[in-house]
Amino acid sequence: MIEGIDLSLVDWSRGQFALTAMYHWIFVPLTLGLAIIIAIMETLYVKTGNQEWKRITKFWMTLFGINFAIGVATGIILEFEFGTNWSTYSWFVGDIFGAPLAIEGILAFFMESTFIAIMFFGWNKVSKGFHLTATWLTAIGANLSALWILVANAWMQKPVGMVFNPEKARMEMTSFWDVLFSPMAVHKFLHTTSSSFVLASIFVIGISAWFILKNRDIVFARKSIVVAAIFGFLASVYTVTTGDSSARDVAHHQPMKFAAFEGLYNGSEGAGLVALGLISRSETDPSNENLKDFAMKIEIPNILSYMAFMDWDAFVPGINDLVRGNEKYGVMSATEKITRGKFAIEKLTAYKLAKKSGTTSLSDSLKTEIMSPEFQKNYFSYFGYGYISDPNTLVPSVALSFYSFHIMVVLGMYFIFFFLLALFYTLKGRIHKKRKFLWIAIWTIPLAYLASQAGWVLAEVGRQPWVIQDLMPTMAAVTKISTGAVQVTFWLFAIIFTTLLIAEIKIMMRQIKIGPKSEGGTTHV
Amino acid sequence: MFETFSLITLQQYWWLIVSLLGALFVFLMFVQGGETLLFSIAKNEKEKSLLVNTLGRKWEFTFTTLVTFGGAFFASFPLFYATSFGGAYWVWFAILFSFVIQAVSYEFRKKPANFLGAKTYEIFLFINGLLGPLLVGIAVGTFFNGAMFSLDDMNRVTWGTPFRGLEAVLTFHNVALGLAVLFLSRILGLLYFMNSVDNAAIYDRSKKHLLYNTVPFLVFFLYFVIALLFKDGFAYNPETGVISIESYKYLHNLLAMPINTILLLTGVILVLYGIISTLLKGGTKGIWCGGIGTVFTVWALFILAGFNQTSFYPSVFNLQSSLTIENASSSKFTLVAMSYVSLFVPFVLGYIWFAWKAMNKKQISTEELEQEHHTY
Ligand code: HDD
Ligand code: HEM
Ligand code: HEM
Repeated sequence: MIEGIDLSLVDWSRGQFALTAMYHWIFVPLTLGLAIIIAIMETLYVKTGNQEWKRITKFWMTLFGINFAIGVATGIILEFEFGTNWSTYSWFVGDIFGAPLAIEGILAFFMESTFIAIMFFGWNKVSKGFHLTATWLTAIGANLSALWILVANAWMQKPVGMVFNPEKARMEMTSFWDVLFSPMAVHKFLHTTSSSFVLASIFVIGISAWFILKNRDIVFARKSIVVAAIFGFLASVYTVTTGDSSARDVAHHQPMKFAAFEGLYNGSEGAGLVALGLISRSETDPSNENLKDFAMKIEIPNILSYMAFMDWDAFVPGINDLVRGNEKYGVMSATEKITRGKFAIEKLTAYKLAKKSGTTSLSDSLKTEIMSPEFQKNYFSYFGYGYISDPNTLVPSVALSFYSFHIMVVLGMYFIFFFLLALFYTLKGRIHKKRKFLWIAIWTIPLAYLASQAGWVLAEVGRQPWVIQDLMPTMAAVTKISTGAVQVTFWLFAIIFTTLLIAEIKIMMRQIKIGPKSEGGTTHV
Repeated sequence: MFETFSLITLQQYWWLIVSLLGALFVFLMFVQGGETLLFSIAKNEKEKSLLVNTLGRKWEFTFTTLVTFGGAFFASFPLFYATSFGGAYWVWFAILFSFVIQAVSYEFRKKPANFLGAKTYEIFLFINGLLGPLLVGIAVGTFFNGAMFSLDDMNRVTWGTPFRGLEAVLTFHNVALGLAVLFLSRILGLLYFMNSVDNAAIYDRSKKHLLYNTVPFLVFFLYFVIALLFKDGFAYNPETGVISIESYKYLHNLLAMPINTILLLTGVILVLYGIISTLLKGGTKGIWCGGIGTVFTVWALFILAGFNQTSFYPSVFNLQSSLTIENASSSKFTLVAMSYVSLFVPFVLGYIWFAWKAMNKKQISTEELEQEHHTY
C-alpha cells in the first residue's frame, strides 16, 4: 500500500517536521511559564500598590512579547504541516486529531491573542483590575493551547476512543472524553506545562543574576528571583513527579520506547535501573545475539521493575523480548504482530474489492466483521504492523532515546537543588556575594532548554517507526510529493527560522541590557 | 441536542461555520491591505509608526482567525485539509511563509539591535500584505474552477502537475478573484486608517487612495461574478455520489437559494455603500459597512460553492475525486462533538468585541504612542 514512497522523502519530511517543531519548542515553554510569572508579579503589584512590582512586571512583559511573536510565527507552520506533509495521516486520523486543533483555535488562541492586546496596550486604557484579569487570561489561554495540542499528541502515543471504519478508510472517534482524559494526555499536559514553568523560572533567575553581577537594579533582581525560585521549586518537584507518571504510561503503552530509553536489551524480573551509562556503539545492533549493551554503567537493582509496574519483581520486557517475543511472560513476537497486521490489511482489501464489484452482501458482512470489537482488538490494533517487513525496524534509536531521557532526569534533579539554593541565598540576603552561583545561574538557562528539547526528542524519536503507535508507521503517513520540494521548504525554514532566532536573541540581549525602566518610558531608545 | 440532527444537517452547519470563519478572515485582511499601503500613505517616519501601530494592535486577530479556520476545516472536513494542503503544496506554503515573516515584524521592527533593520521588517509586512490576499483569493478561486488532484481508494492524494497548485494562476478567473480580494483588503485597510488614526493628513491621503483602489476592485470583482454566472459548475448526485458538469451551475445555485442570493447582494451593496459614502461624505464609519458587507459577500460565495449539491473542491484532473460537503466531512460523532464546542463561538466573539471596544475607544495619535510603554 505504500509503494511509490521513497524513503528519502520520509526522512526529509521527518527532518522538516523535527526542525520546525524544535524551533517552535524553543519559544513555547518560555511563553507558558513567563506568562504565569508575570501574572503573579502583577498580582503582587495590585495587592501591594508598590510601583517597583509594576516596573518588574513591565520588564518581563517586554521580553515575553519578543518571545511570543516568534512563537506564533513558528506555530502556524506546524499546524498546516500536518496537511502539507502528512496528508495521508491527516485523512486517516483527521476525524479524531482535527478536533483538538480546532478547539485549540476557538477556545485558547483567541483568548490569548485578545487579552494579550489588553495586557500590552491597556495599561492606560482599562482599570487596574481589568488589566490584571487580562494578564491572567493570557496566561490561562497560553496553557490551554498547550492542553489541546498535547491531547492530540498523547493520542498518537496511545490511541483511544476510536474505531476503524473500512468504508472511509479512516479512524473515527467514538468517545471524546476517552480522548481528552486519557491518562497519557493528562500526564503529558501536567509534565509539559510544569517543565515549562521550570524553564521560565530558570530564565528569570539567570537574567536577574546577570543584573546582580553587573551591580545594577539589585532590588528588582532580588524580587524577581524570589518569585521565580519559589514558583520554580514547586514546579520542578511537580515535574519530576509527573515525569515519573509519564514514564509509567510509556512502560504500559509503548514498551519498546521504554526499553529503548532505559537501554534494556534483555528483559528480566526485578530489572535494575541504569542510572548512568554509556551505550556500547559496536554492539547496539539488535540482530547481534550476544549483546553487551553498555560500555559502562551504574545500575541500581530492582528499581526499574518497581518504577514501571509498582512491583519490585515484575518482569520488564527488553528490546529483544519485544522483537522475538517471550512466551514465558506472554510477550507477543513482532512476527506474530506483523501476521495479524497483514491479516487486517487483507480483510480491508477484500472489503474494498467487494464494494467495488458491487457484491453488497459480502461487503456488508465484511464491514460488520471489521468493525466488531473482537476484530478491532485482536487484528486491527496491529494494523500498522502489516506495513513492516523487517522486525528490527521496530526498534527506535536506542542511543538518542537513552541519552535524552537521562539528560532530562539528571537535569531535573539538579534544578530542584538549584532553586532551593537560589531561594536560600536571596532570603539570607547573601546572593550578591555568591558570584560563582550567579554565574552558574546564567549558565543554567541553556541547560533548561536542553532538558526541555531532550524531552521531546525522547517522546518523538522513541516512538519511531510509529506516527500513531501500532496503527500507522511514519512512512505510511507522508504526502506523496517530490523529495526536492520538501528539501526546498526544509532549507527555507532552516534559513528563515535561524535568521529570526538570531534577531530574537539580539533583541532580547539588548532589552536586557537596557533593563527595567522607570515609569512612562517607551521600549525603544 | 445536536445528536438528533441528521448527518447532512450537521455537514451543512459546519460548512456554514467554516465559511463564516473564512469570511471573517477576508474582512480581517484589512491588516494585510494596510501593510501594502505603509509606503504610500505615510510621508515620514512618525506617520509610518502611527500606521504600523494601528495595524499592529489587530494583526493577531487576523492571524488567529487564519489558524482557527485551518483547524476548523481540519476537524470538520479532513479530506479537504489533507487533499488541498498536501496537494497544492506551493500555494499554501507561499501563503504561510508570508504570515511567518509578518508575525515577528511588528514586534521586531523598531527594537534596537534587531539584526535585519527596520526597512527589512517593513518589506516583510509589504510581502505579507501583497501575497496573503492575492494567493488566498486565488486558492478560493479553485473552489469554483477546480484543482488538479486525484484520490485513490484509500483517499490518498496525488497531484496532476509538478507545480503543486501554482498552476491555478494560469486560470484568469482565479487571478481575478485574487486581485479583487487584494484591492478589497486595501480598501478596508484605508477605511480602517480613516476610522482609527487621529491625523488629518493621513485621513486625506487615505481618502484619495480609496478612489484609486475602488476602480480596480470593481473591475476584477465584477468580472469574477459575471463570469461565474455563465460558467459550468460541478454538480453531484446525492444518491450515487457521481459528479458531473452542469452548465450555468452557479446561476442555478443563485436561483435555488434566494436567501443566500439576498445575502450576497446585501453584502455587495454594503461594501459599495461603505466606500461611496466615505468618498462623498467623509466620516469614519465606512469600515463598518465595508466590513460587514465583506463578511456577507464572502460567506455567500462560500455557500454558493458548497450547497445545493455542488462540489466545493472539484477536481479537473479526475472528476470523480471531487470533494463535496458529504464525502469530505468528519464522522457524525465528531461533528456532533464539535457542534457543542461551536456553542462557545458567540461567547468568544463577545469578549473579542468587548476587548476591541475597550481598546478602540479613542483614536490612535502620535501623542498617545509617546506615552505608551509598549509600541511597535
Ligand atoms: C525542563 C524540562 C524537563 C525536565 C527537567 C524533565 N522533563 Fe520530562 N519531558 C519534558 C521536559 C522535562 C517535556 C519537553 O515537557 C516532555 C516532552 C514530551 C512531553 O510530554 O513532555 C517530556 C517527556 C518526558 C517523558 C516521555 C513521555 C512520552 O514519551 O510521551 C518521560 C518518560 C519523562 N519526560 C520523564 C521525566 C522524568 C522522570 C524527569 C525528572 C526526573 C523529567 N522528565 C524531567
Ligand atoms: C513542540 C514540541 C515538539 C518537538 C520538539 C517535537 C519533535 C519532533 C521530532 C524530533 C520529530 C522527528 C522524530 C523522528 O524523525 O525520529 C517529530 C516528529 C513528529 N511529531 Fe513531534 N515534536 C513536538 C510536538 C509534537 C506534537 C505536539 C505533535 C502532535 C500533535 C507532534 C507530532 C509529530 C509528527 C506527526 C511527527 C512526524 C512523524 C514522525 O516523524 O514521527 N509533535 N517531532
Ligand atoms: C505539532 C504541534 C503543534 C502545532 C500544530 C502548534 C500550532 C500552533 C500555532 C498555529 C500557533 C500560533 C497561534 C496564534 O495564532 O496565536 C501556536 C502558538 C503556540 N503554541 Fe503551538 N503548536 C504545536 C505544539 C505546541 C506545543 C507542544 C505547545 C505546548 C505545550 C504549544 C503551545 C503554544 C503556545 C503557548 C503558543 C503561543 C505562542 C508562543 O509560542 O509563544 N504548541 N502553536
